[in-house]
Amino acid sequence: MKIDKNTTLKIAKLCRIKVRDEEIEELSSQLSSILDWVEKLNEVNTDNIEPLNNVSIATLPLRKDKENLQDQSKEVLSNAPEKLENYFAVPKVVE
Amino acid sequence: MSSLIQGKFSKWETVIGLEIHAQIKSNSKLFSSSSTKFGSSPNSQVSLFDAAMPGMLPVINEFCIKQAVKTGLGLKAKINRYSVFDRKNYFYADLPQGYQISQYKHPIIGEGAVTIDFKDGSSKDIRIVRLHLEQDAGKSLHDQNPSKTYVDLNRSGVALMEIVSEPDLNSSHEASLYITKIRSILMYLDTCDGNMQEGSLRTDVNISVRKPGEELGTRCEIKNLNSIKFIKQAIEYEAMRQIKIIEEGGIIEQNTLLFNPQLGKTKPMRSKEEAHDYRYFPDPDLLPLKLEDDFIEIIKKDIPELPDERKKRYINEYKLSNYDSSVLTIEKSISDYFDKVLGCHQDLKKSAKLVVNWITSELFAILKKNEVEIHNSPITPYNLGQLVKLIISNKISGKIAKDVFEDMYKNSLSPEEIVNSRGLAQVTNVKEIELIIDQILKLNYDKVNDYKAGKTKLLGFFVGQAMQISKGKANPKILNDILIKKLS
Amino acid sequence: MEFNTITESLEKINSNKISIVELNDIFINRIKKNKNLNAFIYFDEENISQQIKKIQSSKKNFKLKGIPLAIKDLFCTKNMPTTAGSKILQNFQPSYESHVSQKLLDQGSIFLGKANCDEFAMGSATNTSYYGNTINPISPRGSQLVPGGSSGGSAAAVAANLCLGATGTDTGGSIRQPASFCGVVGIKPTYGLCSRWGIIAFASSLDQAGVFANNIADTAILLREIAGHDNKDSTSANREIPNYFENLNQDMSGKVVGVPKEYILPDIPEDISKIWEQAIKSLERGGVKVKNISLPHTKYALPAYYIIAPAEASSNLARYDGVRYGFRSEEGTSLDEMYELTRSEGFGKEVKRRVLIGTYVLSAGYYEAYYMKAQKVRRLISNDFNEAFNECDFILTPTAPSPAFPIGEKEDDPIKMYLNDIFTVPASLAGIPGISIPFGKSQNGLPLGIQLLSKHFDEQLVLNAGLYLEKNNV
Ligand SMILES: [Mg+2]
Ligand SMILES: [Zn+2]
Repeated sequence: MKIDKNTTLKIAKLCRIKVRDEEIEELSSQLSSILDWVEKLNEVNTDNIEPLNNVSIATLPLRKDKENLQDQSKEVLSNAPEKLENYFAVPKVVE
Repeated sequence: MSSLIQGKFSKWETVIGLEIHAQIKSNSKLFSSSSTKFGSSPNSQVSLFDAAMPGMLPVINEFCIKQAVKTGLGLKAKINRYSVFDRKNYFYADLPQGYQISQYKHPIIGEGAVTIDFKDGSSKDIRIVRLHLEQDAGKSLHDQNPSKTYVDLNRSGVALMEIVSEPDLNSSHEASLYITKIRSILMYLDTCDGNMQEGSLRTDVNISVRKPGEELGTRCEIKNLNSIKFIKQAIEYEAMRQIKIIEEGGIIEQNTLLFNPQLGKTKPMRSKEEAHDYRYFPDPDLLPLKLEDDFIEIIKKDIPELPDERKKRYINEYKLSNYDSSVLTIEKSISDYFDKVLGCHQDLKKSAKLVVNWITSELFAILKKNEVEIHNSPITPYNLGQLVKLIISNKISGKIAKDVFEDMYKNSLSPEEIVNSRGLAQVTNVKEIELIIDQILKLNYDKVNDYKAGKTKLLGFFVGQAMQISKGKANPKILNDILIKKLS
Repeated sequence: MEFNTITESLEKINSNKISIVELNDIFINRIKKNKNLNAFIYFDEENISQQIKKIQSSKKNFKLKGIPLAIKDLFCTKNMPTTAGSKILQNFQPSYESHVSQKLLDQGSIFLGKANCDEFAMGSATNTSYYGNTINPISPRGSQLVPGGSSGGSAAAVAANLCLGATGTDTGGSIRQPASFCGVVGIKPTYGLCSRWGIIAFASSLDQAGVFANNIADTAILLREIAGHDNKDSTSANREIPNYFENLNQDMSGKVVGVPKEYILPDIPEDISKIWEQAIKSLERGGVKVKNISLPHTKYALPAYYIIAPAEASSNLARYDGVRYGFRSEEGTSLDEMYELTRSEGFGKEVKRRVLIGTYVLSAGYYEAYYMKAQKVRRLISNDFNEAFNECDFILTPTAPSPAFPIGEKEDDPIKMYLNDIFTVPASLAGIPGISIPFGKSQNGLPLGIQLLSKHFDEQLVLNAGLYLEKNNV
């Protein structure tokens, strides 16, 4: 699959990574060649094959509905780049 | 029930489908053991998982699964034995993981239906497409600081049930009946507290318009409405907006909208080029959820009588109308109150309609005036039952009963106590009533002649006079009979 | 060299022939002398002496008393910062200890520091770390070779005797390939044997914790301590953990080894084919029956992996957004700008490439063609192994298609770098255990590794076969 510059920018926007003008060309061609390479999978006939999403033998464990009443805010906020009045703070969002 | 909207040139039909996000009533969150309590101090109910700290993993809450299954059973829906948790990927400040764990291709609950009832006695079935489990997001506060948005993750990870309807609703009124009904079922089941003010029930409205019989129009989605009033306003505004655009030759652009209650208007949430691509895929941290028959059977035993069943019971056992029954049953607390009143005495069952009237007129009015919830009513179901009993056994008149009722509310006394202490018991002694009548006929000799001359309308005047003297206690029927006899 | 195995050191500590302080000083001094290897992102002597004090004052009967270990910087540690080799987690101090590292602490081991690794474990040369390359200690004079990756710091630290063992994580070969490059033993257990709780996620359906050591016996000891069910990880297997060390048995007679023909590649160096043959012959001499087997979908493993792993990674790495922890770009006035700049400045090139690829293969219109397709191929690869294990007890292959290569090589060609994992990725996709043990040398005298694979939860068998080959090396 050929990834053009616009597609690169579109994906970059989706995953919130700023791509600078001087990077777009090289990045697009790298992404294109990786996608070309993985498209080798098209050789494989996968009709009627179920996808294998997980190889764990476990069955989904269920937790009891017990609440932890401890206030962990100190721990949770301790690494925050910016915290104000016990909130995480980010640049203002205008809705 | 016709609900077409008159545009400039023709009539239009509104087509509405709802996605209701109902917060599950549970102690802890869907994938972490943090408390779900409402209104705690910021970020005090946030576990390392809820804050998406590196390396943290989800472990699902069994009770939330049970609540979803219970709700599915209450909605007469298909319980899927196999469901999968997917990640819905998008960036937002109050979405710590950068994805919401939800269910996409394989929801826990499949197709179901609910019935809505109209005043004219008719009803309509609204189909449910699915119900799936997902995490709630945190809260962004935009007006605490001039240059910052604050993020509180207390709500982040609380379990939600997203209930998706088919586009079977055709007016704001139907939409409000549908939400009221869903809310009612959830509250009967005790799977959601139904508190719309606290955001326990939030609705996305998908809405389009078309000329009756034509293909579906392009729809818009109005996000996150948290009161029935706003839902109605938003639908009415949006339907008119769409009709106007089409009638002026424009086309509807599929869009996500927000409703501004101050302006009463909808507006687009984000521009088109920023359209979301959620990149759903199965969450590799969670295995598929498989439900055994036993698990479901145990929950089935726990399903209480639901509003529709109660309604049927009222219609069959008490001969109440469809509408009266649905008004009573829509709020579980009202219906419970009514059941308790009727449980007081066998005789009351034959006078169920009278009980309904007392609840829906006198009781509702006094509770509303005092801003008291029915389950906290100072007039207990037992006392109201006693009061109605006094009426039907002719111990007091309906008029006196209203007086007694006021007193019951103020002093939390039983009706007998009030009737006895205030001497309000009805006079049924014929001699006693005859004495009163003789007295007023003597005093109003001229009017008696007028009556006899054909002015029979004066009967009401004599009744009134007699009642006044008896302080309202005279049995009206006996009073009437004697009067007529004496006047003829 | 003295004190280069856990078994020996434990014996001397328990018989008081050496103190915990003395033992650890040996390693601390070696680390200081070998700073140039850049095997550690975090190393602090004061921190170590605190740990030693704690162990000394405890009366507990520790199974790893005083044993100095290196912990890959992908494991969150309560008393040491954790970076995943990324700028975006610079100065991140977890308030919690990963399940696996906690189990090691509970047995009285000493964490000497946090081992360098590729950024978010994405790499095969430990050259994508924000904190600089790790150098392979076996590099001949005048050259600098890569240690492999992503757990290159751990492998290098064990190879250079900077510690007695190390933790690693393996998503597509990140333990086995560096073990091969550095000449040490490295095991990736069955998916679900060790808890992933507290390990920074790369690709959740593939990530597994494992260990490095200088020999099979030490590997068995460490594996036993880190394995086990954890109710905080919903994919963790609830199984009895055997005592791998006590069960070690090099008698292989009667076992059947499978040799998959698809692993015979035309452009593999001759010396690698040679040691593979020697290993087969060695096993044969021990009474092992050799069976030629087929794993027909092998060549599709790598492309499938490079769809699945980036897809999961793109989602797993969405949380690094500058809001709750880690690096935040100072620029950016809107929330979206802050996100984009933070992630652009905070992530390195390889991570960004993979996040972009992963985002693409999951996006609307491409999901079926890429992600779904890859998961279906994954099923076929897993079925291949299931069928193979009907015919043989374990499988023998080379670990990597080359010995350690010079730093800087393959750096500008991502696909060339990805091919490093060609022999290790299939087992990752199937979730089966794999071990790499040093076996023979390249023409230039560089260590080579041989890989042993077995059925789910049959770690004991690869350890036993590994022990046999360790004792019957060329
Ligand atoms: Mg919605
Ligand atoms: Zn939703």
